[in-house]
Amino acid sequence: MITDKDVKYIASLARIHLSDEESALFTKNLEGILHYVGKLEKLDVSKVEPTSHVLPLKNVYREDVVKPSLPQQAALKIAVEKHNGAFKVPKVIE
Amino acid sequence: MSQTTTEKKYETVIGLEVHLQLNTATKIFCGCANVFGRDPNSQTCPVCLGLPGTLPVLNKKALEHAIKVALALNCKVNPYIKFDRKNYFYPDIPKGYQISQFDLPIASDGYLMIPLADGAFKRIGIKRAHLEEDAGKLIHDAHATGSLVDYNRTGTPLIEIVTDPDLRSAQEAFDYLHILKLTLQYLNVSDCDMEKGSLRCDANISIREMGAPNLGTKAEVKNMNSFRAVKLALEFEENRHRTIVESGERIIQETRLWNEEKAMTFAMRSKEEAHDYRYFPEPDLVPFTVDQSVIDHVRQSLPELPQQKLKRLTDQYKISEYDAAVIIQDPDIANFFEECTKHYAETKKICNWINGALFQELNARKMTIKDLKITPQDLTTLIKKVEEGVLNNLTGKDTLKFMIDSGKSTEEIIQEKGLAQESDDSVLEKIVDEIIAANDKVVAQVKEGKDSAIGFLVGQAMRKCQGKGNPKKFGEIIRRRI
Repeated sequence: MITDKDVKYIASLARIHLSDEESALFTKNLEGILHYVGKLEKLDVSKVEPTSHVLPLKNVYREDVVKPSLPQQAALKIAVEKHNGAFKVPKVIE
Repeated sequence: MSQTTTEKKYETVIGLEVHLQLNTATKIFCGCANVFGRDPNSQTCPVCLGLPGTLPVLNKKALEHAIKVALALNCKVNPYIKFDRKNYFYPDIPKGYQISQFDLPIASDGYLMIPLADGAFKRIGIKRAHLEEDAGKLIHDAHATGSLVDYNRTGTPLIEIVTDPDLRSAQEAFDYLHILKLTLQYLNVSDCDMEKGSLRCDANISIREMGAPNLGTKAEVKNMNSFRAVKLALEFEENRHRTIVESGERIIQETRLWNEEKAMTFAMRSKEEAHDYRYFPEPDLVPFTVDQSVIDHVRQSLPELPQQKLKRLTDQYKISEYDAAVIIQDPDIANFFEECTKHYAETKKICNWINGALFQELNARKMTIKDLKITPQDLTTLIKKVEEGVLNNLTGKDTLKFMIDSGKSTEEIIQEKGLAQESDDSVLEKIVDEIIAANDKVVAQVKEGKDSAIGFLVGQAMRKCQGKGNPKKFGEIIRRRI
């Protein structure tokens, strides 16, 4: 059972602002999605190995060889604000 | 010091988390150089900047290093591992998640043995060790209105080593860290330099009534930049917890930062949200299997570890545990010592020279044994000259100094500086006669039976011959002449 409180908590973790109407809407939608996925609980999966990945691949490595990095100015191009070669963000420690 | 009743009543419980930066050439998931001290944001690429659409690929060397660490810490190396996303919003991690390992880490269920004061050993459980990427570096005090971020460190390979809550005092925590660091240095997987942040330690601490089955509410302590600081911070926390519990109040679970200047911990006031990391499997990295053949191969390549070396050195060379413990602090010193024993049988004397004069010279120059021009054979030649009486302890130490500075042999230095001990009796007697003639009062004291006065005369004689005499011999002559 998804509550309005759950939705507001998840929204805050994801840094999404929801109005009361939106919150009510997503509570209903998420409840529907969970109900749909809940059908899986009726299946017998006792003989199925837990799976984290669906690709038939494993052990994809890279050798420890240096490749050129971006120049500093190129990396900083995406910065909203910068200072002395660093990305500048709002103060995170009071 | 007498123990108060409260000190008997409570038990301290500590667990440590050590983050170790691995010394691979490149970062864990991209080909950017894994280097320290470059211009900010000059070692990044779209992968470690977390740009959309980029894909991480695991550095094979980082996994090999992690297997080494796992085996050295007596862990089980898990045959099937995967990576997971640890989600949080903070400017040190540009993607909004850190790639870490959650339920299937590379290593679990190991231990390290730490020495106790009474000579026994205590087993400290290693709960797990996992691979993850480092976050960027935040600088809070360089700008008035903002925090600055340097993403060079983002993506540096880390191994996080987590103990069971087995440590019972700040001293045990300190001893564990010492053994752990030494073991990691022997493995050569990291420079283990706390000042550079290559090795970082966070601590969880709680207290409970002696014998209580459950753990008390813990505090997580961060921001210690030396092992000494870890010890001081834990001692401070231990007292803080006691004071709170004894006053009948409750301990709050929180993260606290050690303040080196004030020698206190303070509750961290951060704008970070409550921890809810919502781990889930990293879809961009496929799982990894670690075959037994790979584990066997790494196991065979492991060097002799510090505690094994300590035991072997004391058994094989009949040196004291104290001497051996000093020597094994640096595997290169231990090798130097063992080479010395091939040229000279007096192992105790070799230890004294290495742990005394040689260490003194190395420290004075801020050098390591690897920087030295002198060979083990050079040192043993010098020791032999002292034992034969050609040099005394003082001129021997001077010779060592000159040898290190010039790279010349013992014989060359002795010749060049004229350091050889004067052994011609007539020369020594002449010096003694001069000293006796010049120190009437002291000579009178000696005649009255004051033995310490002889020491003064020997000192004068040594000075007169610029340290090239044998003090014992001078003593004999003085007694004879007075």
